Amino acid sequence: MGIYLDHNATTPMREEVIRAVEPFLRHAFGNPSSLHVYGRKVKQAVEEAREKVAWAIGALPEEIVFTSGGTEANNLALKGIVNSREKRRRNKVLVSAVEHPSVLETAKALKKEGFEVHLLPVTPQGVVDLEKMEMLVDERTLMVSVMLANNETGVLQPIKEIVRICKAYGILVHCDAVQALGKVNVQVNELGVDLLTISAHKIYGPKGIGALYVRKGLKIASILHGGHQEKGVRPGTENVIGIIGFGVAAEKAVQDLREGVMERVAELRDLLERLILEKVPFVVVNGSGQRVPNTTNISFAFIEGESLMFLLSQEGIAVSTGSACSSGSLEPSHVLVAMGLPHELAQGAIRFSLGKDNTCEEILKTVEIIEEKVNKLREFSPLYDDFLRSGLDWQSYLLSRR
Amino acid sequence: MDAYNEKVMAHFFNPKNVGEIEDADGIGTVGNPVCGDVMRVYLKIEGGRIVDAKFKTFGCVAAVATSSMVTELVKGKTIEEALSITNRAVVEALEGLPKNKIHCSLLAEEAIKAAIEDYQRKTKNLLKEVKE
Repeated sequence: MGIYLDHNATTPMREEVIRAVEPFLRHAFGNPSSLHVYGRKVKQAVEEAREKVAWAIGALPEEIVFTSGGTEANNLALKGIVNSREKRRRNKVLVSAVEHPSVLETAKALKKEGFEVHLLPVTPQGVVDLEKMEMLVDERTLMVSVMLANNETGVLQPIKEIVRICKAYGILVHCDAVQALGKVNVQVNELGVDLLTISAHKIYGPKGIGALYVRKGLKIASILHGGHQEKGVRPGTENVIGIIGFGVAAEKAVQDLREGVMERVAELRDLLERLILEKVPFVVVNGSGQRVPNTTNISFAFIEGESLMFLLSQEGIAVSTGSACSSGSLEPSHVLVAMGLPHELAQGAIRFSLGKDNTCEEILKTVEIIEEKVNKLREFSPLYDDFLRSGLDWQSYLLSRR
Repeated sequence: MDAYNEKVMAHFFNPKNVGEIEDADGIGTVGNPVCGDVMRVYLKIEGGRIVDAKFKTFGCVAAVATSSMVTELVKGKTIEEALSITNRAVVEALEGLPKNKIHCSLLAEEAIKAAIEDYQRKTKNLLKEVKE
């Protein structure tokens, strides 16, 4: 049996979700737009799922737009808002430097269209630098997009503060909460955001389904052209199976959170982190302050994350280097680089993201294997050689790299 | 990214020639931790022939596998033969690498060349000393 510690990449579908979608894989196949009995039955189930998803984030059902996932919801949030404005009096868009590529790349596309796009810098802890943000916002700023929890480090962003700053200038705030839902309380009114992205497959739901919360009354343009589905904001026949599964997954995720499931996950995450720090020398935990309970990002000095990831994978342990999207790319994680981590430490970063079904035994086993594999890689690392020969102690070495 | 093939993974999981040669005749270090991988190759050379090769590498799966393969390839070769080993030959011997990892094989070629240069520099200095 493998040990899965990559829940920020995706999660397995929970039993309740599988059971709930099964009828829609079989006899309940109607198109929700059809007015006959086949369609009406499915339409009703879709609307019930919408209510559940809305409930999970404290929104109204009509404020939920289903999309093909987090990436599409993030695209829709940014492009939908800028395209809904006829006069471009406000032409500035700010996104944090540690956003998911689906926000960063969309922002880049807006820049090509002539918008003024700025990246909000983060502190070495991984938190958006509010002082620097206050210097960037003004009356010409249309929207700000900052994630609630970072996918690589788990660091929580001060969304309420960001909203407070933005409101003073009438700036819209979008929040990518894909990695936060089910891990911390996500309530749109408490946060005060105008748009919020969530995704099902990070909360034990199906892949290929996400949603964008759009505050009631806020005008947003569609990025696809087509039919009337999702009030025309997202045309195309609904992903019925995804939506039904998302409804159940969202409801269960919030119930689990309220019942304290994440507190146990936090204990295991803390245990993993503490044991690694105790047993493996020359490691750094990336990101501090408030984090989601399931994530820790650790740099193992003198070795490369991908190598460690494959050695762990051979033992059945699934972890990730940076985000799944950037495994295989040559650049070290943009998140860790934005936090000012030296490149060689950023390259040695591994993300552990735990889930509700991980056990203490799995954590102990993981630490044991990590210890062995890190030693193996360091044995043939020229950087480790150089460090040992330099006679520097670890703290001085770290300082010399910054 | 594309997946690594079985041969690459085999060289990664059980790399050949890992370690260092205490009394190496040539040592070559190439790469830079800021840009990516670092490869260090140790060569033992007798009578113009590479009799042993070892490596230490900081890098990804492809970097380790190409280090392992290139040290295998140069063993038993003359200096001239070793100098003619291209990164393409290393990739071919590994039966291919994902496209975005080809640069790792370049490092393998460069590491061998750097180690041989180091050897040649040392022998030149030695000759000079003998002459003087």
